[in-house]
Amino acid sequence: MKILVGVKRVVDFNVRIQVKPDGSGVATDGVKMSMNPFDEIAVEEALRIKEAGNAEEVIVATIGPKACQEQLRTALAMGADRAIHVLTDEEIQPLTGARILKALVDKESPKIVMLGKQAIDDDNNQTAQMLGALAHWPQATFASEVKIDGDTATVTREVDAGLETLSVDLPAVISADLRLNEPRYVKLPDIMKAKRKPLEAIPLADLGVEIAPAVNVLKTTAPAKREAGIKVETVAELVSALKEKGLI
Amino acid sequence: MSKVLVIAEHDGSNLNGSTARAVSCASDLGLDAVDVVVLAADGSAVAEQAAKITGVSTVLLVQNAANENAVAAFLAPQIEALAADYSHVLAPSTTFGKDLMPRVAADLGRPQISDIMRVESAMVFDRPVYAGNAVVTVEAPEGLVIGTVRTASYKAASNDGSASVETRSVDAAMPSHTRFVGLESGGGGDRPDLQAAAKVVSGGRGVGSEENFKAIYSLADKLGAGVGASRAAVDAGFIPNDHQVGQTGKIIAPDLYMAFGISGAIQHLAGIKDAGTIVAINKDADAPIFEIADFGLVADLFEVIEELEKAL
Repeated sequence: MKILVGVKRVVDFNVRIQVKPDGSGVATDGVKMSMNPFDEIAVEEALRIKEAGNAEEVIVATIGPKACQEQLRTALAMGADRAIHVLTDEEIQPLTGARILKALVDKESPKIVMLGKQAIDDDNNQTAQMLGALAHWPQATFASEVKIDGDTATVTREVDAGLETLSVDLPAVISADLRLNEPRYVKLPDIMKAKRKPLEAIPLADLGVEIAPAVNVLKTTAPAKREAGIKVETVAELVSALKEKGLI
Repeated sequence: MSKVLVIAEHDGSNLNGSTARAVSCASDLGLDAVDVVVLAADGSAVAEQAAKITGVSTVLLVQNAANENAVAAFLAPQIEALAADYSHVLAPSTTFGKDLMPRVAADLGRPQISDIMRVESAMVFDRPVYAGNAVVTVEAPEGLVIGTVRTASYKAASNDGSASVETRSVDAAMPSHTRFVGLESGGGGDRPDLQAAAKVVSGGRGVGSEENFKAIYSLADKLGAGVGASRAAVDAGFIPNDHQVGQTGKIIAPDLYMAFGISGAIQHLAGIKDAGTIVAINKDADAPIFEIADFGLVADLFEVIEELEKAL
């Protein structure tokens, strides 16, 4: 069985985002880029499923410009077997992204597609669910535990009410939440080895995917800022301030 | 005529408060009608509650044994069948709506607007990106609009409506590939729901242990507050996941948010930006949480809790 994992190149989670003064977006020039942290967790989970003897091959895929190869190499260094790079310089929104992943699913016939639950740049939280719909597959989103047993997966999901468990038939789409695992550190020899692993580049046009109707971003602004208030010295001072506001 | 359909979130007997917030957003669209659909196994009680939300014209009640639990793969085809009568379909951006709506959107070939925080017009919306560190104004393409509503950005619509309830039967094929196994609730007990609570007392890594979290619960109970936590506290196993506040946890907007031993990572701050008053108690005077707190107190959190309990 194959597992396909989608990874996205995003602004590193430690970077303090700066909105461009002309409202055209956020500054990304010279900013550190990384693999979306949720996708790293997805890669790790796929590797663990393989290491437990429940899968033979882990394929990582990304969509985007040439530079995204860096994130594929990271995933290969973690232990993925091979990579697919769908090359495009266009901005790809979730529905088109899901259609592209569907084309890769048709090509590779994986039993599981593992994705991060959301990308930390656009925070959309859509692609896994959309792929589930397009493939007519079950979806198990926001996973904090995945157990594979033959042709079914039992997935614990982090939901607002607590922990929900679903049992789904494979093939299925699973999206990773934060507590699913802790991704391994990549060691130097693995980085060297990753350079020799197969990486197939496919121009987007070659996949014959129909671009979905797009949401048009009109402008990007900085959010309303919360100003720092005051420091109080004692609990008594705090209590009287809160009483004055009618909060306690 | 253009109408909006709001998908009700409920647990089979009670309507979730996020629904009335999504209705507030739906009303801002300025369309001809706001309808709510209750998909349930036996949903008349929930439908009655939805009918009381101010601004709702009609509550559609779709009853099907498959709707016993909110499983996206079952709910999506039913919503898709109903969507033909609407220009907009919205759901709260809770884990319920986040799981469900993209499946509906993709099946209908439509993009989704996630986390709507402001309606500029029926087609133009503001939504947060980068954990709320930027806001984008987006225009939906012509045709059906599918979206989720950032509930912390909206006050719940009031409760003096009297919508009619219509029972609908929907023809939709239910897949057999998904089975609901169970739900284990985090054990918040009788405390107010985090997303609806007017006051929230929250603990972070600084609380130190599961045992020490008792102090947080105790203060919360004194204040009638909900209990929140930072990701660090949940990761450390001090408290179950459903208490997590932040970019990937719950986004909340209580009148009072009290953060104990929370340093204030941007991902956590993303979840509390809309709180009325933020109080931060931390030993570290340089903790980033003080940059956004209305009242900061540099002190040992356990001593502060003890003193607070005496003062209340």
